[in-house]
Amino acid sequence: MSILQIKNLHVSVETDQGPKQILRGVDLTIRNGETHAIMGPNGSGKSTLAYSIAGHPKYEVTEGEILLDGENVLEMSVDERARAGLFLAMQYPVEIPGVSVSNFLRTAKTAISGEAPSIRGWVKEVRESMDALRMDSAFTERNVNEGFSGGEKKRHEILQLSLLKPKFAVLDETDSGLDVDALKTVSEGVNRAKEANDLGVLLITHYTRILKYIQPDFVHVFVAGQVAEQGGPELAERLEAEGYDRYVRA
Amino acid sequence: MNEQTKTAQHGLSEHSHGAGVPIQIRSARVRSADVNDFELVTQREEQWRYLSTDRLGGLLGELEEFTGDLGLTAPDDVTTAWVGRDNELFGKAGLPEDRISAAAWTTCDAAYLITVPSSENAQEISLKVTSADSTPSALHLIVDAKPFSNSTIVIDHTGDAVLAENIEINVGDEAQLTIVSIQDWSEDSIHTSAHFIRLGRNARIKHIVVSLGGKTVRVVPSVEYTGPGADANLLGVYFADAGQYLEHRPFIDHSEPNCKSRVTYKGALQGTKAHTVWVGDVLIRKAAEGTDTYELNRNLLLTDGARADSVPNLEIETGQIEGAGHASASGRFDDEQLFYLQARGISENEARKLVVFGFLNEIIQQIGIESVETRLAESIEAELARSTH
Ligand SMILES: Nc1ncnc2c1ncn2[C@@H]1O[C@H](COP(=O)(O)OP(=O)(O)OP(=O)(O)O)[C@@H](O)[C@H]1O
Ligand SMILES: [Mg+2]
Repeated sequence: MSILQIKNLHVSVETDQGPKQILRGVDLTIRNGETHAIMGPNGSGKSTLAYSIAGHPKYEVTEGEILLDGENVLEMSVDERARAGLFLAMQYPVEIPGVSVSNFLRTAKTAISGEAPSIRGWVKEVRESMDALRMDSAFTERNVNEGFSGGEKKRHEILQLSLLKPKFAVLDETDSGLDVDALKTVSEGVNRAKEANDLGVLLITHYTRILKYIQPDFVHVFVAGQVAEQGGPELAERLEAEGYDRYVRA
Repeated sequence: MNEQTKTAQHGLSEHSHGAGVPIQIRSARVRSADVNDFELVTQREEQWRYLSTDRLGGLLGELEEFTGDLGLTAPDDVTTAWVGRDNELFGKAGLPEDRISAAAWTTCDAAYLITVPSSENAQEISLKVTSADSTPSALHLIVDAKPFSNSTIVIDHTGDAVLAENIEINVGDEAQLTIVSIQDWSEDSIHTSAHFIRLGRNARIKHIVVSLGGKTVRVVPSVEYTGPGADANLLGVYFADAGQYLEHRPFIDHSEPNCKSRVTYKGALQGTKAHTVWVGDVLIRKAAEGTDTYELNRNLLLTDGARADSVPNLEIETGQIEGAGHASASGRFDDEQLFYLQARGISENEARKLVVFGFLNEIIQQIGIESVETRLAESIEAELARSTH
């Protein structure tokens, strides 16, 4: 059993006008195998939460804690967090010029598992995962995210998810910019990872569309740096119908 | 990348600018095989301004002919010979433009000539220049890529050396040549090298300079066109560690119509007193209508205390060109790239190495010959493994 706990998390970001507080006391508990959807208006701090879990240096935790199976995540470096089993599929994946996807994937896998994967088995595994995500194998020769379309970048994120096998994955708007077929393919990729590794998922989205493919156990409404309400899948339907007005005015 | 960028695009108007000495002066610079035609090497001379003379050591005094090893691997129909000054190819591709190059020229009574016959299939040639002693010496190489030939030549410099070198590179009409010069000397070595590239009608050259090892390395490639339609693609990568000085001064002299040139150099610097200099000169003469040129230099400063000088010069004497531009930028690590890699479990140190590798490998990827790309990528990985722990 694995558990990711976020307690009373306060986070600020450095701006030209000094530090600006964005997260104002976030509480969330995710167990392995569970899927939690986070929905909320633009600028409410969803990506900030995602980056804070991953340890992006731009965000400063001023209060609260993040625990992975009782271990203090905030004391870990970015790479230690990843090796401890946390994964972030980014809203805007970064280009790494001159570094091929195959080199990158192999390096990441080696870092996560502590030893280089056997070449034959690895090449096969990469190919199978790419086939499942309907990615052309030519992508392995391209440079990381360079010239990838929006949808290709998202598939590449989920490819990493399936190969690196984390305990918990934060998916930051992985569904944005995907066409109907890609949404289905990518969702299936996430579901396979859930089944194979009993993955816990924190799924940030603006649309209920993806929730038809990836069934959430819980839905959290994120407003102004806090969880304003939580409930089951039916809450997503209501948000889609009513919007966030109710919370924003409150 | 976090960087300061200087860019300029030049359209159809006549335009001239650039730091330092105007380029006409460069093109009007002394060209001679006689040492006495040149001023003494001092930092008051534009071409030596960044390089303190004590870094040149024995190259400022008497030189001896190179006694190290020249190891050639080539297909049977590629021929080699030592040729004297009476050979028509001796001095055909160019003449020295600086005092040390002239001293080397005068010292060498014979040049090592590699002749590549015309052929449809690409010929792969490797020349290993190795030296084990640091007697100040001089070497003269000549490449004669015949019309319609197609070849790849990799020149590998390793060992201990204090060497002044001249390399003449003739690329015949319609010929294609990819030539790589790797400078991977021991850390006390001193090496200056002038490359004279002469392109025939519709000739194409990819010229790649890879400077990794040596206390002082200075490579000055110059390109001359002798007919229309030729294409020169000059690529360079360098990695300077603490105390290393690496200088590159590509010069493209567009004198013929409808020719193309690209100059792209990238360098990484790490450690105190790591110093690199890149001065890129492009001259488009009146007759060179329809010229298409772009030059770029980017440097990645990995630590404090390193210094990258970067000076692009572009001088245009005709309005009738396709395009001309240049860019120069020096920057530090992109934190977002490091974060992305670390978020995949890769340690900070490994992530830095990977980003630097990628930064330099972008040049290697433009070579287009897999065996050469793999080899150079390995050299760069080895250099990174040595210098970052
Ligand atoms: N470097 C920064 N400087 C100033 N403000 C910042 C900075 N980084 C984030 N913010 C602000 O923090 C707030 C939260 O941003 P965040 O990206 O977390 O929102 P989000 O909920 O993910 O929005 P979206 O739905 O648009 O992706 C926004 O108002 C944003 O402008
Ligand atoms: Mg966001």
